[in-house]
Amino acid sequence: MAPILEVRDLRKQYKSVRAVDGVSFTVPEGICFGLLGPNGAGKTTVVEMMEGILQPSGGEVRFRDRPIDTEFKRRVGIQFQSTALPEYITVKETLELFRALYPHPRPIDEVADICSLWDFLDRDNRKLSGGQRQRLLLAIAIIPKPEVVFLDEPTTGLDPQARRNFWSLIERIKAEKATILLTTHYMDEAQLLCDQVAIMDHGKVLELDEPQALLDRHFHGTVVQIPNPGDLSQLRQARLPADAVFRDGVIEITSDRLDQTVRELLSAELNLDGLTVHKPNLEDLFIKLTGSSLRV
Amino acid sequence: MRKFFAFFKARTMEFVRDRGTLFWNLLFPVVLVFGFAFAFAGDGEPLFSVGILGTPDEDLAFMEIEEIEFIEYSGTGNESREAVMERLRRHQIDMLVDFEAQEFAINRESREGPVLRRLFLADSAESLAAGGGLDAAEVEQREPGQQEAAQQESGQQAPGQQAAAGSGAATFTEQEITGDPIRYVDWVVPGVLGMNMMFSCLFGVGFILVRYRKNGVLKRLKATPASPLTFLTAQAASRLVIVVGTSTFVYAGTNAFLQFTMLGSYLNLLLVLILAIACMIAIGLVVAGRLKSEELAGGLINLVTLPMIVLSGIFFSLEGAPDFLQTISRALPLTHFVDGARSIMLEGAGLLEIMPNLLYLGGLTLVFLALASALFRWE
Repeated sequence: MAPILEVRDLRKQYKSVRAVDGVSFTVPEGICFGLLGPNGAGKTTVVEMMEGILQPSGGEVRFRDRPIDTEFKRRVGIQFQSTALPEYITVKETLELFRALYPHPRPIDEVADICSLWDFLDRDNRKLSGGQRQRLLLAIAIIPKPEVVFLDEPTTGLDPQARRNFWSLIERIKAEKATILLTTHYMDEAQLLCDQVAIMDHGKVLELDEPQALLDRHFHGTVVQIPNPGDLSQLRQARLPADAVFRDGVIEITSDRLDQTVRELLSAELNLDGLTVHKPNLEDLFIKLTGSSLRV
Repeated sequence: MRKFFAFFKARTMEFVRDRGTLFWNLLFPVVLVFGFAFAFAGDGEPLFSVGILGTPDEDLAFMEIEEIEFIEYSGTGNESREAVMERLRRHQIDMLVDFEAQEFAINRESREGPVLRRLFLADSAESLAAGGGLDAAEVEQREPGQQEAAQQESGQQAPGQQAAAGSGAATFTEQEITGDPIRYVDWVVPGVLGMNMMFSCLFGVGFILVRYRKNGVLKRLKATPASPLTFLTAQAASRLVIVVGTSTFVYAGTNAFLQFTMLGSYLNLLLVLILAIACMIAIGLVVAGRLKSEELAGGLINLVTLPMIVLSGIFFSLEGAPDFLQTISRALPLTHFVDGARSIMLEGAGLLEIMPNLLYLGGLTLVFLALASALFRWE
């Protein structure tokens, strides 16, 4: 399918900081595209250049094979990372305000349904909880019946319950065939929602593919971690599996045959308290790619 | 147009629901106007004040004049006399009559002085003719040099005064006091309205837009198909309606109790108000052009408003001020509102008389609007 969005060699230079350093990718229509990376990786800068909010220092963004223009603004919906809402007006009035700005807006009932706003439709914007606020911001983003919805870290700062609620909203928007561009630093979120992810750090895209394809490419088998392996001197004599890695006091083994690895560990007479076994996820991939944790 | 009304409605509701702002825009000026009305006591406010030393002569008709406030100072001798003299010198009283020493003094630099002197001399002559009282003319002629120190300071007394004194005593001419019955509150009400209007426009447009920019409201709007022009015009229009509304409320509310002097047309008053609001909003838009810091915007607004509070003749007239201050004053937009409104209300000025003020405000509005549109950025 033809890409709905295309980013070509995008660059952004702030005085002495190169925030975005030659980023290129395409977003096929109808998918959820995830832009992952730690804080300061340049995700928001890329997204804001794609939204037409920031002027790129170099490169270009194309929407349906045309440069972005005023028409583009009518056809996309945006949820910024942090936005103040107009004060002293209610949720419903806020929706009415934004409805007036677009040519063919959705009815209020419809967005209230999709984003579960009914409970606080008449509440003053200033009195919303974090989760309610994010739902309202999402509602504003989908008012124009957008072809693309930009969501910049929509669940940051929400409690686990609210995050889960929010994910189900995003699934509903996906079901309406809108293309979603999501930035996040939560790997579980990306893995659950995204059809494609680009992993960014230091202003560059490190990897780009479907989440499972990325994991298959970089990992095989299962990760076994032993957090308290015991006395270090003893460890040296122990017969560890060949691909064991010792990192930050934790032994990490990537195993293709779990039964064999477990037998080896038992015979090595290590302290196996707290042993964990898990399939590698995007978090592991990110650590592997950048050597640092995503949430730092 | 749909966008315009949506912004207009949102901004106006924000104002109406924000009780703090509503208070400052409505109650504060009302309280201020009433405060001035009572502090500078309304009816029967004396036009002159005369200091009295010694026991006043009750037969003297001068002492019965209602328009004069008599302030009796206790004590005798040179010391207390000198203290009262000092008050006279500072224009805190307009005249001193010393019944003990049978002398009086005025301050020639005071506009009230000569009138009082003539009144006093006429009345003294009358009571003299009636066969009693104080021979003021004689008093004055006997000891001019010593008694009228204050007069001498002005360096222009003796001959004219003596002639006047002589004729006053000789002819018993009838003295008429004329003075418009204008209270301070009549004079100050355009000032208070103007000041309130200025703050409301500068903070309601300038400061609020900077806050919107700082907290991301403008960024959110930038991402919509709305144009800055639509958004800003709606902000300005909302503020215009709000300020016309609050000014009308304040005027009508206080007028119901205080019955201001209003010799001109309300339509002209509205016209000068609207132009002044437009000008202040334009200044607010210039302030809001680029700034991202509310503190800086607040400081800048204070920098703009302070000269106008001091030099636009809100609370006191600048008639006697040095020329350079008057020149600055004439450059300030608020001066043109206050002057225009005052001449409409107190002198019944028509459109023609206030035309210079209207043109100045209109011209300044265009200049600031042009500047604002060149400066404005969403972010």
